[in-house]
Amino acid sequence: MDAHVAQLQMQYRNYILSLYQQGFLDDQFTELKSLQDDGTPDFVAEVLSLFFDDCVKLVGNMARALDQTGTVDFSQVGANVHQLKGSSSSVGAKRVKGLCINFKELCEAKNYEGCVRCLQQVDIEYKTLKAKLQDMFNLEKQIVQAGGIVPQVDIN
Amino acid sequence: YSSMARDGGVSCLRSSETMRVGIGGMESPPLDLDEVHVLAVDDSLVDRIVIERLLRITSCKVTAVDSGWRALEFLGLDNEKASAELDRLKVDLIITDYCMPGMTGYELLKKIKESSSFRQVPVVIMSSENVLTRIDRCLEEGAEDFLLKPVKLADVKRLRSYLTRDVKLSNANKRKLPEDSVPVNTSLPPPPSPFTISPVSSDSSPPLTISPESSDSSPPLSPLEISSSPLSSPIDDEDDDVLTSSPESSSAPEESPARRQKMRSPLD
Repeated sequence: MDAHVAQLQMQYRNYILSLYQQGFLDDQFTELKSLQDDGTPDFVAEVLSLFFDDCVKLVGNMARALDQTGTVDFSQVGANVHQLKGSSSSVGAKRVKGLCINFKELCEAKNYEGCVRCLQQVDIEYKTLKAKLQDMFNLEKQIVQAGGIVPQVDIN
Repeated sequence: YSSMARDGGVSCLRSSETMRVGIGGMESPPLDLDEVHVLAVDDSLVDRIVIERLLRITSCKVTAVDSGWRALEFLGLDNEKASAELDRLKVDLIITDYCMPGMTGYELLKKIKESSSFRQVPVVIMSSENVLTRIDRCLEEGAEDFLLKPVKLADVKRLRSYLTRDVKLSNANKRKLPEDSVPVNTSLPPPPSPFTISPVSSDSSPPLTISPESSDSSPPLSPLEISSSPLSSPIDDEDDDVLTSSPESSSAPEESPARRQKMRSPLD
């Protein structure tokens, strides 16, 4: 039993580290984790869930704004990008945030093709992150179910 | 999760719209004068949840609203006549996002500083952009401080020193919440699982097709979200002045409105 837990914990540690190393997460995610305690065990999951809801909504808004035959309202697209940049920054979604920075410039330049491509990247990126974090939460669950505690992972 | 009523909940409750969770119809309990009450204003739900958590960890009672208008409504400043309820309304700190549709944090700041009832309340501005002219403008208008987003616990802990009331901070440094304070999510109906995720492929077709048919699958907006209408006003246009290096920082917070400080000092 203990060996199993230890193995899961190691898997978990490595997984978290890889998420940081591959640039999916930054220190704001670490900050969020530090705000969670025994009294609020679902805080991080809750915030992330809201973030992904935001992604769906904002990406939808942007897709509609970019799909106008005729004039595209780039300031409208930009306003949505700004929102997404903000919330991705708040949860530590590093890659999504990075894409939003590029996206913002493309909106300012009124680069239609660039915006369309960037939006597709944003869509893929947030979904990828969502899947990765689901895997992370599943590992946490497995550890707990195996009778272990979820380790604090020290990001260097 | 237990109900919020245990400790009297948030000290100043207007309507269920001001809180992320639908409490609806709960009467305002008498205020606990020893507890710090913060009004947080941010149009982003994610940011509201985070700031709420940060404030609760530092032993504050929090009322979170999604717009400047809601904030004014909450403070009773949305109409000319003074509300009799103001005697009971105790707000020790107002923390607001800068970029919001409709009324910006700067405009809200001005209205608060123009009011006789609330001009003494410290107002802190949060922004994702480190724009020097923006910071200056806010401080000149009377903002106590300017926080760069994403806001961290260290930033919020520093805010405690700006509070007008002399409050015991014995629990302020403990990460665990004081026993009579309520965790953020106790009044949420327990979700089926904390993080309901479906496999990526079922969210929508992975290659994004930009067409009117690809509607977003987000759930119906709660009243709170409906009011923060999609983003019709352009975001502030001061990006030319983005600051690339930190301004000089002082070691201790001071009264002077001209003080300008990047809040996340490496010394924290």
